[in-house]
Amino acid sequence: MSAPLNNKRTQGWMGLKRGHRARPLEWVAEKLIFLVSLSAIITTLLIFVFITRESLPILFGQMDSSHQTLVIPVADMSKYSDKELSKYLDMPETDFKAMDAETRQLMMEVKAEATEERPSDKDAGINTASWRYLLMPHQWTGYDKSSYIWQPVSEIHKYNIVPLLVGSLKTTLVAMLFAVPLALGAAIYVSQLASNAAREWIKPIIEMLSGIPSVVMGFFALLVMATVLQDVFGYASRLNALVAGIALGFAIIPVVFTIAEDALTSVPRAFSQAALALGASRWKATWQIVLPAALPGVLAAVILGFGRAIGETMIVLMASGNASIMSFSPTDSTRTITATIAAELAETVFGSHHYRLLFMIGLLLFIVSFFSNLAGELIVHRLKKKLEGRA
Amino acid sequence: MNFATKKHDYESSIFSGLTAAAAWLIVAILAVILANITWYGLPGLSWNFIAGSTEKDMFNPDHASVMPMIFGTAALVILMTVMVVPVGVITAIYLTEYAHSSSPMTRFIRGAVNNLAGVPAIVFGLFGLGFFISFVGGGIDELFYGATAEPVWGKPAIIWAALTLATLTLPVVIVATEESLKAIPPGLREASLALGATKLETVVKIVLPQALPGILTGSILAVSRGAGEVAPILFTGAAYYMAHLPSKLTDQFMELGYHVFILSTQSPNIEQTRPILYATVLVLLLLTFALNVVAIAIRMRIRKKLRSLH
Repeated sequence: MSAPLNNKRTQGWMGLKRGHRARPLEWVAEKLIFLVSLSAIITTLLIFVFITRESLPILFGQMDSSHQTLVIPVADMSKYSDKELSKYLDMPETDFKAMDAETRQLMMEVKAEATEERPSDKDAGINTASWRYLLMPHQWTGYDKSSYIWQPVSEIHKYNIVPLLVGSLKTTLVAMLFAVPLALGAAIYVSQLASNAAREWIKPIIEMLSGIPSVVMGFFALLVMATVLQDVFGYASRLNALVAGIALGFAIIPVVFTIAEDALTSVPRAFSQAALALGASRWKATWQIVLPAALPGVLAAVILGFGRAIGETMIVLMASGNASIMSFSPTDSTRTITATIAAELAETVFGSHHYRLLFMIGLLLFIVSFFSNLAGELIVHRLKKKLEGRA
Repeated sequence: MNFATKKHDYESSIFSGLTAAAAWLIVAILAVILANITWYGLPGLSWNFIAGSTEKDMFNPDHASVMPMIFGTAALVILMTVMVVPVGVITAIYLTEYAHSSSPMTRFIRGAVNNLAGVPAIVFGLFGLGFFISFVGGGIDELFYGATAEPVWGKPAIIWAALTLATLTLPVVIVATEESLKAIPPGLREASLALGATKLETVVKIVLPQALPGILTGSILAVSRGAGEVAPILFTGAAYYMAHLPSKLTDQFMELGYHVFILSTQSPNIEQTRPILYATVLVLLLLTFALNVVAIAIRMRIRKKLRSLH
């Protein structure tokens, strides 16, 4: 058997193969097209590299947010190396080297003054940007018990990320509980049970839901839903994880619906027709035959919906109330990872611990969405292969 | 398996009814949202609101105008489209016309495209700040203006916001273009090649013109998506207030979606600003929705064509 003919590529170097004319233009064009097509890979890599780069000092525990006790008098400047001084001033060494002597002296004076004004708090010496304080509870001055606190702009910067993680997961859970049953129900209906006319109408309409910008959904949650839900349930804080979660649910319904519907539709018609021929009702054929066959696809829909929900920003920023309270109650005001980045990054100083911490939780978000995407895609890919093989 | 049929299969009717209810509930929710926004937004729409002059007090319903925001949004998405469409279309051409569908490289590229589509919008914002503004912009400043001077490129600007949105919308363009390329009958390509045209000639003269509706869909969807995303532009260029329209690539800009966010969360008097807020939301929605409806209509025609091929 001869090797399959490769008609996709230009043959040989510059199109030159036995008896062919050289086609330098074709060759160059093909290589250029290939190079451009690497853009998606390059972008993904750049995103990963540059977000990691900004958060590396936190990841390796090199940032120090403690209020220093040591003061280096301006007169003693010459005794220290550039490296030590830049560390003392909490700035990159290159920036330090770029400054002239006068600016350096000024920076030293400002630093010395700031250090002398060091708060008398017993927690002032703690490096709150180290892993211990990022993840574990601590009994801060003025608190009667050990607690998880995110208060980056207080005098003692409290950087515990646990309340943010809980906030994100809580809001996402509400969204999933709301969106998954609705989206799956609709997907089953549209792909298996609906009449052709109903399908032609409902499918594009649900897909249209994804065209609503998330800021509009956030606006609607903030102005309309928050009031209605508070009137119905009568809880204390108007903006909370429930409001944000339900609005978030609207936003992920089209994602879950589209993928689940696709999976259900890709189950060969012969499956359900066989069941119907044996006397099953349409519902039974769907529930006992089609749904089990498409189950991996449904799972993928749920996973991808989760990834989308946990990364959504504007809705939670506007409708969740944004109080970083450590609480598992859905009716408490809450703050998610995404909302924290959106609300705080603009006010941080470039290169500060707060700035780097926000990049670090951004990296966390990137990794979570990366793996949920990967899992979802792999499952869909496998299912498609399997069903195609059977059909 | 047991499919015992009863005369009245209540279970089947109940569950079928529930799934239908879920579908119609989603439709109803969408209808409620749209009706609410249209009902309260429509009275606020006036010629002066849409195209009026820039007034200082953007929270005052009598003077407010969204003209600067519409201008900013348009400038932003045009810049973005110019950058993303060529790259997206060429990538799609590589994937469908040149690459082997099973080669590891192709799978790798496809994986990256899918992954990029799922990266949270706020992460793109962080990327824009860390890469475009501080690395690229800061690098340009250092190279041409010296490190200590006031930053020219190394600060939030419309060009960086547009680039950030371009990376975000890249998968949209690629996927839509690829879909339309696949819908072109292979016979067309074969006929062209058989007549002695080269691969490149076939792609440029036969395949691309046929794929134009799909490329258009992709661009429209990208514009619609880009016009609606706020999270990526929060730190890369959107301004709370600007007295002038942006005139250079390094200017900041006001934007519709960001303005909706400002009006809903920073307004000094929410009751007073409610009419302009609703009207602004309606303008944004009309813009993104109209684009989406057009794109979906074109896409449905392509899908029909695709189905008739198989």
